[in-house]
Amino acid sequence: MTDTVLTPPEHTVPTAFTRAQLDWLPWLEPLAVEAMTERHMASLVDAARVKSPYFRLLARDPDALEARTRTDKDIFYNPDAGLPRAERELAAAATSRFNGCVYCASVHARHAATYSKRETDVQRLLDAGVTADLGERWNAIVAASVALTATPSGFGPEHVDRLRRAGLDDLAIADVIHAAAFFNWANRLMLSLGEPAATAPS
Amino acid sequence: MTTDADIIDALVGIAPGSSLDAIRARRPEARAHAQATYRALFAPEAPGTISAQERFAVGVFVAGLHDATAIAAAYAGRLADSRASAALKEAIDAAINEAKMRGPYGSYPAGPLSQEDTAGPVYRVEAMTRRALGPRLAAALEHVHMLVFHPRDAAPAALQALLDAGWSTTDIVTLSQIVAFLSFQIRVIAGLRVLAAHPAPREVAP
Repeated sequence: MTDTVLTPPEHTVPTAFTRAQLDWLPWLEPLAVEAMTERHMASLVDAARVKSPYFRLLARDPDALEARTRTDKDIFYNPDAGLPRAERELAAAATSRFNGCVYCASVHARHAATYSKRETDVQRLLDAGVTADLGERWNAIVAASVALTATPSGFGPEHVDRLRRAGLDDLAIADVIHAAAFFNWANRLMLSLGEPAATAPS
Repeated sequence: MTTDADIIDALVGIAPGSSLDAIRARRPEARAHAQATYRALFAPEAPGTISAQERFAVGVFVAGLHDATAIAAAYAGRLADSRASAALKEAIDAAINEAKMRGPYGSYPAGPLSQEDTAGPVYRVEAMTRRALGPRLAAALEHVHMLVFHPRDAAPAALQALLDAGWSTTDIVTLSQIVAFLSFQIRVIAGLRVLAAHPAPREVAP
């Protein structure tokens, strides 16, 4: 079989950052469900992800996918102290906003809004970008995430000091670093292997 | 540098019993699986059709584009262990010098976000460097540059260029994971280094 690039079906391209649910359409052929081995299935970690073309595409390298997913889950879901979940999601959303990943930003802005109950501030980040004024604690988290996301990194002791002044301990600062770093991983996969699509109105 | 010793600990300089060792221990799955991803991508049990030299060459290139000198040196060590020629290492260093930029930049789909479009170069490997790299690795480095500096410019045509240069669909998934994972690993190391070098001031007794 000759490998080919896929042409997505006709769809509405989102032209603004949004908290709405989006679809993601692959540019390369995901594994067919019936062609997946036990190893491929196990690499999804959550069996329900077999419905996602993104995860079935990444399952072509199952060891990398499984390790990626287990890294992701601990950075964002580990409840042991550190940065509250809402602010881990804020770091993910800010990183995605700065890199320009509309799909990732939609998912993690939604999570940030859900866990923080600060829908207006989250929406301001999406609308105005990473320089929006969200209050000092959130500003410090966004600024640190953005500095670390720049290539080469612009993250320095001034960001650590500002996070400490905002009340973060070193475990929480390490959580900001990991959440922003992880979205530099996720953004590059979502942006380069497919594209977002507005969901059809129901 | 082996794939057994934790590479993030090694490159940050985290000693057992240090405060950063304790912090990393609070996120044990993230620590273990960042290392497992490194193993999966740079010492895979089933390497498929991507050679060790190609994997380490991309490692050196991505770390070099980030100005991450010690990390680039670590991948260069493994590239040398994979019996890469001196000419290949020189070609990658030349490509880093040709390609180094500041990111992220790129364009959005036409609409309200167009006002945020930031122009920047699309990297094409120079002729001399291309001869030394060969067409397959040259195509990879052009794609890698886009992923590092302007991923929002990604488009199906970039994937077609990789297919045309002999990368399969599964190869492209792995190549993309290598670059994306390195983007994570380099930032964790950079961030934790700053934190390690800048400990919280001790509280002074009144």
